[in-house]
Amino acid sequence: MRLLRPLIVFLVLILAWQGFVEASGVAAFILPSPDRVGLALLGHWQELLYHGAITLAEILLGLVLGSALGVASALTISWFRPARQWLMPILVVGQAIPVFAIAPILVLWLGYGMISKIAMATLIIYFPVTAAFLDGLRRTEPGWLDLASTMGGSRLSVLRHIRIPAALPALTSGVRVATAVAPIGAVVGEWVGSSAGLGHFMLQKNARMEIDLMFAALFVLALTAVGLYFAVDWALRRALPWQADDDGKAD
Amino acid sequence: MIEGPTQLGRAETMATGVRVEAAGLAFNGRALFDNLNLELPSGRTACLLGPSGVGKSSLLRLIAGLAEGALCQVGDSEGRTIAGRFAYMAQQDLLLPWCSALDNIMLGSRLRGEPRGRDIEARARQMLARVGLADHAKDLPAQLSSGMRQRIALARTLMEQRPIVLMDEPFSALDAITRYEIQELSATQLAGRTVLLVTHDPLEALRLGHRVQVMAGRPAQLDEPLEPPGPPPRDPADPALLALQAELLKRLARARHIQ
Repeated sequence: MRLLRPLIVFLVLILAWQGFVEASGVAAFILPSPDRVGLALLGHWQELLYHGAITLAEILLGLVLGSALGVASALTISWFRPARQWLMPILVVGQAIPVFAIAPILVLWLGYGMISKIAMATLIIYFPVTAAFLDGLRRTEPGWLDLASTMGGSRLSVLRHIRIPAALPALTSGVRVATAVAPIGAVVGEWVGSSAGLGHFMLQKNARMEIDLMFAALFVLALTAVGLYFAVDWALRRALPWQADDDGKAD
Repeated sequence: MIEGPTQLGRAETMATGVRVEAAGLAFNGRALFDNLNLELPSGRTACLLGPSGVGKSSLLRLIAGLAEGALCQVGDSEGRTIAGRFAYMAQQDLLLPWCSALDNIMLGSRLRGEPRGRDIEARARQMLARVGLADHAKDLPAQLSSGMRQRIALARTLMEQRPIVLMDEPFSALDAITRYEIQELSATQLAGRTVLLVTHDPLEALRLGHRVQVMAGRPAQLDEPLEPPGPPPRDPADPALLALQAELLKRLARARHIQ
């Protein structure tokens, strides 16, 4: 039932879409019907796969880089207390500037290739990961710290054996949020200037009024994003089986 | 940090008294206690009772060096520091949810960076057996009942091999039967150590304590210690104990009024 439910929701939406297109007689270049989109998908699957793979690679590399940088920043900030006062404003300002605004600059600096898109994805992922992990590192159960201090643990060993593991659930929620927003970074980067990727493909097809292909690309993008999210979610649950959870209980 | 692994074995047998002098602690500008003196006799269990909020847990935390902004002198019978010579047990089991029971017991040695040798693991298994959970070495805390978890916490305390044990209402979150069993267990396992047990349960204090004191007032003071007859753990059905319980309840009721 757990797998069936989203499938039913999906089918109902498709049927409603088809029904709407047929009933309203809306032009195919405004809103193509699902069967047209399906045909476009089947007819151009190789092209879509190629662009989809590039976008996915950008997202994945951004996720790895952004998470690594976020973890390193959170550890630095929590370890050196004065660093928090200096770095937090920069972090907040960095996050407050919309990536859409920086995208042209990044493309200007890093070129039309994948690097500028990875940088975009990294930027968008960095903040939620840093903020969540930092929060986790600061909210260690005080009782554990008391116990560790009576046991004679050094600051480093308390960090390693207690603070970091205790902050992992918070880190995983940060990574989950980051995974959900990462495609935005990559696609925005592709819109601003690129020669490949789903964003580039959609822009091209839009200009040529091939709206059915645009929808097909959108479908692939949605599928990639959702698939990635569930894969990451599954991996994180497996990595932390001890975490209190309602539906992902450890055996 | 103070004891090396080689001294650990000796520490368990070297019982020492604890003397707390001129303890003072303020909370929100009001003195919880001021110029308070407490002595824990060597190798004995001292129980501290009192109405909630009187500062008994704070006094224990102060002895453990966990209270900030506190004034006091804490030392052993010879006046030397007790740092590194006591183990701490709290109301919550404080087990790390990502560590197995066995790893939780070995937390102290891991934190001190002692190499995880076979002897340490063997000793941890021994402690687990002493609290009757030898079959649960690999279980995560979430898989255990609260009574079992508190027994693991007791095993972790024993593993530290410290001559002084500070316990802050360690059994108060357990149901009556489980509490009864674990009281018995800890009394036998901790025999010979200098124990401070903070509790709000008069019967628990009378079962386990060589000496029972009530803390009352603001700033709080300690009354004359009661010394129940016979060695702990005592039978709760003993009429002498029940008479003392009535006396203690009276003292506690009075203590609430002076607060």
